Amino acid sequence: MGRDAGRLSLILLFTPFALWIGLLIVLPQLGIGYVSLREKVGVNQYEFGFGNYADFFGEPIYRNTLLRTAWMSILVTILALIIGFPIAYYIAKLARARIRAALFLMCLIPLWVSDLVRAYGWIVLLRETGVVSTVLVGAGLITEPVEMLYNDVTVVIGLVYTVILFMIVPLVSTLQGMDDALLEAGYNLGGSRFTVFRRIVVPYAMPGIVAGCIITFMLAAGSYLTPILLGGKNSSWFTEQIYNQFITRYNWEAGATFGVLLLVFTSLVVWVGLRLTGQSLVTTVARKD
Amino acid sequence: MYDLSCAGVTKKFGPFTAVSDVSLNIPSGSFFSILGPSGCGKTTLMRMIAGFETPSSGDIRIKGESVLSIPPNRRNVKMVFQNLALFPMMSVGENIAYGLRCRGDVRSEIAGKVARVLDRVSMPGVEDKQIDQLSGGQKQRIAIARCMVLEPDVLLLDEPLGALDLKLREHMKIELKQLQHRFATTFLYITHDQSEALVMSDQVAVMNAGRFEQIGTPKELYRGPVSGFVAGFVGDATCLPGTITDIRGQQARVALDSGGQVIGCLCDESGTGDAVEVFLRPEAMQICSGNDDTTLRGRVDSLLFNGANSRVLMRMGSGQIIEVAETAQADPLTEGAQIAVSWRPEQARIFARRAE
Amino acid sequence: MQVSGNLLWIYRVYVLIFFLYLVAPLCAAGVFAFNDSLFPSLPWRGFTLDWFFSPSEPKLGLFHDDRLLRGIGNSLFIGVIVATIATALGTCNAFLFVRKTFRFKPLLYVMMVVPLVIPGVILGISILVFASMIANFFDSTLGLFVTWLRPGIPLIVLGQCSFLTTITSLVIAARLQKFDISLEEAALNLGASRPRVLLTVTFPFLFPALFSAFVVAFLVSFENFNTTLMLVGSDAPLTITMYDRMVKVGSTPVLNAVSVVLMLGSGLLALASVVAQRPQSAQ
Repeated sequence: MGRDAGRLSLILLFTPFALWIGLLIVLPQLGIGYVSLREKVGVNQYEFGFGNYADFFGEPIYRNTLLRTAWMSILVTILALIIGFPIAYYIAKLARARIRAALFLMCLIPLWVSDLVRAYGWIVLLRETGVVSTVLVGAGLITEPVEMLYNDVTVVIGLVYTVILFMIVPLVSTLQGMDDALLEAGYNLGGSRFTVFRRIVVPYAMPGIVAGCIITFMLAAGSYLTPILLGGKNSSWFTEQIYNQFITRYNWEAGATFGVLLLVFTSLVVWVGLRLTGQSLVTTVARKD
Repeated sequence: MYDLSCAGVTKKFGPFTAVSDVSLNIPSGSFFSILGPSGCGKTTLMRMIAGFETPSSGDIRIKGESVLSIPPNRRNVKMVFQNLALFPMMSVGENIAYGLRCRGDVRSEIAGKVARVLDRVSMPGVEDKQIDQLSGGQKQRIAIARCMVLEPDVLLLDEPLGALDLKLREHMKIELKQLQHRFATTFLYITHDQSEALVMSDQVAVMNAGRFEQIGTPKELYRGPVSGFVAGFVGDATCLPGTITDIRGQQARVALDSGGQVIGCLCDESGTGDAVEVFLRPEAMQICSGNDDTTLRGRVDSLLFNGANSRVLMRMGSGQIIEVAETAQADPLTEGAQIAVSWRPEQARIFARRAE
Repeated sequence: MQVSGNLLWIYRVYVLIFFLYLVAPLCAAGVFAFNDSLFPSLPWRGFTLDWFFSPSEPKLGLFHDDRLLRGIGNSLFIGVIVATIATALGTCNAFLFVRKTFRFKPLLYVMMVVPLVIPGVILGISILVFASMIANFFDSTLGLFVTWLRPGIPLIVLGQCSFLTTITSLVIAARLQKFDISLEEAALNLGASRPRVLLTVTFPFLFPALFSAFVVAFLVSFENFNTTLMLVGSDAPLTITMYDRMVKVGSTPVLNAVSVVLMLGSGLLALASVVAQRPQSAQ
């Protein structure tokens, strides 16, 4: 076990890692940053400047789309947390062992099926000729088939559906690690159910909550299929703008600008969230569990 | 020739010295133990012999040849790890055959060798069992068999009996000694349990804070410790702190911190006025009065029954408790009775006071 | 948290409703694959397997629809390649972070996890742009026309690998952490060379995680949409083909049939990966 062999193996192991991170993550991100600063002044002639960004901020529709994407994603995240936390708690703490494994597995099932299938399923359910509408008409509750797609509420429901499992899974693993004795001690010392929840469960689970929120927020903001398929023409989700600029209009400069803005803006929201809850990336993401 | 010798081996981890100038020579075919408390450096020393650590200075020789430049997978010292490290994904037979296959032994001979070594550890026919089907004692023997089938020069054992319960441990101590005789291989055994070291070994080295304090046969260590640490660590002893007031030849007079004066045998270089400790073994004292200098008085505090190891605890006026071995008494003792204990001067050993 | 009797039942009902909510769209997508009707909607006109096997219009079954079949083929091809690369890279990363110490390790660990948080669309466009820049460079300075840097299967593979490597690294590293290092030392002590130790002691232990990582990477690659959308060229994987069909032609139950196949396939593979990771008595 010579020192040289140790160094050699370190270099051998580090190289693929460095190549992967460098060539597939770091450099490409720098690449879009670079392209976003490029302005087309003529055929194959480029100047550098913030013109693309000025265009973005000058055009209200782009600004508003980004803001809309952001606040709806925050809403989705909060809903996912509120709806998902009790489920995670049930799975981690209240279910018996065999049921727990089965429930957890069932939670993972929608994850394994494509975004596309899930969105398609919602379409089949909620559109005018869809299952829910037909059943309601058949039951006499409404007179005409109703179009339930193509509005914000549906988009939110669909997005929550897509992201909620990414909220539940980190919560379950964090809560499972919590020793029951902590709760029992809390009650033993006189705490009410609410106090124990607020002062023992929540602080303990905080890294898991924050990790879950970060992931769900980024997933919601970066989602493409669900807002477009469920929202239709009114969806105006920012990822759709990026796609349009790149593929439909072949305006890579604008597309890159939008990409950078999405990344920066969502990172900003995440950073603010981390600050507000007193966590850092290291405590939530880099935990070795 | 010595199967294993260390010359001035030292190991430093940054500013911390784990092993300091350790030298030992182990004759062929003997059972050598290193005895010491947790953190004294014995595991580090063993890992250096096995090749997993490199000494900062000093030499390690196996059968006369230095092995410092030989990597751990080519030294002929085989090691039984503390948690045994039996490969869970292989059967018993595959575990034992592992070293043979690495060595490149002929396939047809391997099965025979495995069967023979299993016979020698009294577990014939278990080649196809899985590791988790074995009991603690059986796993021990398989771990030893896995090493012995390779006919090593030295077998290293790192506190192998720690995970076993008491009865099994007692049984395994005797078994290990018999195995060592049967294989006639040199065993190097490290432990913190002095009864293991004393029962099984031909020679014991007592280690403290990286240094060997004493090397000798179990009897030599018990009867003739050379330092306060050895006196206190090997076997039971009551320790009375005090200060030397007078020295006459081999004997010294000590004023006890708790009051009174006693005479004992001065065993190191301490001089008049030095802080010392007086060590008295339970079986070295009698429950009767003797000369004033070699008698202490007190009340019976409790009677502890432990078969042949029964003890009488006597509490002196100062509050200090003295343990005396209970021998057949003409009058049976009761708690609270006034008694006196006495000893022959040469049986009380005086050493410089140990650092806390 | 102690929950009293009644509250527990309300809780249970909530959990039940939640799982119904989870399964509802999947059932909707799946069930109408078997409906003998031209539209994936009620009323139910009878059970049929036509949408899978019928060879002719108007009900062209999935297994006779050339474009969809080609899509499945592309997805399988891409999936296997991506899973292999991601598992290999993931193994290196796992050993790097679990066994070695080096400067800036926490920072680099965060960097390893970051690809999971970057929106798939951004990963896609960034690789598209970067590959184009390199391709243009080769084109303008060396006159080489590098086709594999243009949108197509190689770029899809690269795009998916960028974040799948993170997943495989985490899965394998989790298993590697539980490995008892004294097993390796014992093997060395018994005379094994370092490569032999890895092969006979470490990798048998890691194997369930390697299998799981491969399966997870394959699954996620198969159903990936966002990143692939930006990088797709003329050979489209199944998800893109299905989306095209949905948007341009409208939904026919053949898409439900595709959904069923996707769900069955994913379900079986995912089950396999979970079973492999279950702590077995001998491991």
